[in-house]
Amino acid sequence: MALIELRNVCKIYHLAGEEIRALDDVSLDIDVGEFISIIGPSGSGKTTLMHVLGCLDSPSSGTMKLDGTMIENASQRELARIRNRKIGFVFQSFNLLPKLSVLQNVELPMNYSGVSGRERRERAMHALKMVDMENRAKHRPLQLSGGQQQRTAIARALVNSPKIVFADEPTGNLDSHTGETILQLFHQLSQEGRTIALVTHDPEIAAFTPRRIEIRDGKSATTADPKLAGTTARRFSLLNPS
Amino acid sequence: MNFWNTISIGFKEIWANKFRSALTMLGIILGVGSLVAQSALVKGLENGMKEALIAIGGLEKVNITDQSVPVWQQHRKDQSVGNTMNDVYALQRSAPLVRLVVPEMRTLTATITRGGKAFNPWHFVGTWPGALEMNQHIIEYGRMFNEVDDEEARSVCVIGTGTRDALFGSPEEIGREVNPVGEFVNINNQRFRIIGMFEHYESELDRKAREQALEKGPAAVQGGPERKRGMGSGKSKSGAGIAFEWKNNTVYVPLNTMWLKFRAGAAAPIGPGSGSGAGVTAGADSAPDPRLSSVYFKVRDLDQMNDALQQVKNVMTHSHRGIEDFAFNTQENWSENITAAVRNARLSGSIIAAISLLVGGVGIMNIMLASITERVREIGVRKAVGATFLDIFIQILVESVVIAVIGGLAGLLASQGLVRLLTLISPADNTPIITVDAMLLAFSFSVGVGILAGIFPGIKAARLHPIQALRYE
Repeated sequence: MALIELRNVCKIYHLAGEEIRALDDVSLDIDVGEFISIIGPSGSGKTTLMHVLGCLDSPSSGTMKLDGTMIENASQRELARIRNRKIGFVFQSFNLLPKLSVLQNVELPMNYSGVSGRERRERAMHALKMVDMENRAKHRPLQLSGGQQQRTAIARALVNSPKIVFADEPTGNLDSHTGETILQLFHQLSQEGRTIALVTHDPEIAAFTPRRIEIRDGKSATTADPKLAGTTARRFSLLNPS
Repeated sequence: MNFWNTISIGFKEIWANKFRSALTMLGIILGVGSLVAQSALVKGLENGMKEALIAIGGLEKVNITDQSVPVWQQHRKDQSVGNTMNDVYALQRSAPLVRLVVPEMRTLTATITRGGKAFNPWHFVGTWPGALEMNQHIIEYGRMFNEVDDEEARSVCVIGTGTRDALFGSPEEIGREVNPVGEFVNINNQRFRIIGMFEHYESELDRKAREQALEKGPAAVQGGPERKRGMGSGKSKSGAGIAFEWKNNTVYVPLNTMWLKFRAGAAAPIGPGSGSGAGVTAGADSAPDPRLSSVYFKVRDLDQMNDALQQVKNVMTHSHRGIEDFAFNTQENWSENITAAVRNARLSGSIIAAISLLVGGVGIMNIMLASITERVREIGVRKAVGATFLDIFIQILVESVVIAVIGGLAGLLASQGLVRLLTLISPADNTPIITVDAMLLAFSFSVGVGILAGIFPGIKAARLHPIQALRYE
């Protein structure tokens, strides 16, 4: 069953009287448990697609169904609720709140879903354990390395057990080695059955996922080139000894 | 989002920007502090103005005086009797809205002498024992004369400290308290025994001035002629001081004593024929004059002042055979003047303090706007993980209100210090009185200002679009 059904979605911006079609008639399905990448050069509309898929933005036309809910009719309040319960975000620049501790950052989504204090703590610690950050819970984000910050952000994305996690260039601000460990973490989470969508401009990272959605000039072209996937597997052989 | 959680986030945010928040609070602190302090000053002023009013007998006291016969009754002028004891008895019997009736018989030319010293009391009256309550006198030494003293027309008198100071010397001059009770004086060459003395009446201002003078030690004795500082002012600094000096210079004797010893020939109410004998020559000058100087009464209930006056008018119209030769003097005008003065002082002070509070509120709004501009990304992140419009709005509003509440509480503390400072600067002024009402008002005003100041920044923050907020650098 499809977790997300996107049908003929357009997103049109008006800038200085000029019409910009950021998304042009995009249709795609994402199934439960899939590990996909959305790839395209900058300006191709991939980030806009992620915003629409992640309910941060609503499409200008077309329909979207997430986990059985029609999105285009939803109010801002309902969209916030869906983002809170069903979607996790990982950003290129981590976007942790510098004044809160690691633990409080991970607890943040639960602040808005009415989870009691004790359960909040337990679930946040559990999420930190999944990304191997449980002994940094009291630290401030700025006391951590980039990789550690991104793992904290991943824990925050996972803490409300979302249906799908979107990662926007999650390795963009990291050196290549740290980037690999983050990708490995996503791979591992995918193995555990989570639905994950990576947004990237880098074909090598995109090749790391079994399925790729290519965006060019606001139009989509789904590819699952096994040859490309194979090369990536070789590249990341350190992570994937098989 | 959990309410306490929101508040704790608000506190954290304020704590994270300690200096900035403290500066912002300063506006509220000063606003609340000045609001409470000015209200305390006005309250002190009001008390200072009211104490003289209370000292002369309060608002309930009404004076019945003579009035010339109105034009339309001129033809019956010869039947006008004036205010007599008949009126007093009639009021006692027939006016239930009146609590206390006291007749007064004044003699303007009384001279009290003792051992070569002479004194003319301002207010030498024959009256009933009820005058003590009527005029709010308090006996310090001895006693007030009673009904028996009056009935037997004994030669006793009760004096104020003015008479004591003139005849025996004031405690300041002598250096110790002087108790004149039991001494004899001559009043218009008739021997009277002092059976009581009132306490010394003075306004709070004068008491403070006197205490300050005492602390400074005895003033150096000045040679040369004494310098009087003008009519009415006396030693008193406050404008209402005359009321207190008037009380201090009062001498009371029983009404019947007054009648027999100073108004001989007048129709005394003791019995027919008494006082007027064969020796009294008939003539216009010595005709029995039964008129009282004035009659005082107190109304039972201030709210029924008008009804009581109407009742008294009805009774007295009857006992005056329909001739309206009497008038009422109430203290309403004085009281209204006080109310108006206090209202003006309060209004002008409140407006200034409220403006400073509003300025404090503008400071909060300013700092909240700066704060949300700094935190656009944070707001974007919060929205991305599921914060709704209301969540963000409440968060900003709570921060603003928390600043205002802390500022308000600190302002209440500051007001105590401010008031103490004011008393220190001018210790001889009316003591400012901080009222709970004023504190509650100022505090709720500061909370209201906090809410108002948070609404606009809150809406501005909550309306940020998550994507634009996340992209903001």
